[in-house]
Amino acid sequence: MFKHFEPNKIFVITSRAPKYVLFLFIIVLTIGLTEALILSPEDYKQSDAVRIMYVHVPAAWISLGTFSSLALLSVGSFIFKNKNFALISKSLAPAGFIFNIIALVTGSIWGKPTWGTWWAWDARITSMLILALFYGMYLVAWRIYEDKEQATKITSMIAILGVINVPIIKYSVDWWNTLHQPPSISILSNNSIHTSMLIPLGIMTAAFVLFSLLIFLMKYNTELIKIKNKGLNRL
Amino acid sequence: MINEIIIMNGHGIYVWSAFSFTLISFVTLYFITKLQLSKEQKRFVVKFGSLNEEKAKIARSQNINKEILSNTFKI
Repeated sequence: MFKHFEPNKIFVITSRAPKYVLFLFIIVLTIGLTEALILSPEDYKQSDAVRIMYVHVPAAWISLGTFSSLALLSVGSFIFKNKNFALISKSLAPAGFIFNIIALVTGSIWGKPTWGTWWAWDARITSMLILALFYGMYLVAWRIYEDKEQATKITSMIAILGVINVPIIKYSVDWWNTLHQPPSISILSNNSIHTSMLIPLGIMTAAFVLFSLLIFLMKYNTELIKIKNKGLNRL
Repeated sequence: MINEIIIMNGHGIYVWSAFSFTLISFVTLYFITKLQLSKEQKRFVVKFGSLNEEKAKIARSQNINKEILSNTFKI
């Protein structure tokens, strides 16, 4: 099954896709920003500060989703001994890390008008900071280990160890008393968020997913060309 | 109308700084990634150019190498 996704076979797609993804991203982001900053209503309690949600929440979702994917791919890399899994993980990580930082910074900015403080060492915020540290370790490990096999092993271990933190982040608002509000959106139960806010949130999430895809494709192409450069040396 | 969008009931500074930080992060990451990609593509072209005819023929037989070269000349 994996042979259909070998880098040599999919490079034709991954090398041409970024320009289309960039085009789509700009369109979706423009619509999302118009909805989030102008058309969506203010909150009865938080007033216009609620608009920060449209960047904070999608960024947090994507950083968590990306890290879970890193862990899943790392397990896959151990089981199937497929080098492409490591290549995909390595290419996914930078966007995930940036989204983690965006979630932390925009959360801090949102905290000031709503809680009266930029930072609190509560469970949700602290566990998100720990996730950023895991992302940092993951990216640094790829840089410092020259031997690719060793780098794959170490980064896979970091991803698998770090993924323990993901359910802690998700359920931190239920397990501990935190300043952070409980989730407003759930797949299994009714949402406590109005459609007028859910639509811009969905559009901004789509825009952020497209940006992740764009960075992933560019990074993946960079890594493949790096490998091919080494291949030319061996000719 | 424009003042309302800018000031946002006194929350404008927070909202605009959150959105600005996000967009600046996007632009920075995009250009860093694009720069790394261009650098690798250029390195590939230089290495490819230094190959002798026989090695270049072998390298050209791989579709991925042809694709890298065609994409590099487009940038």
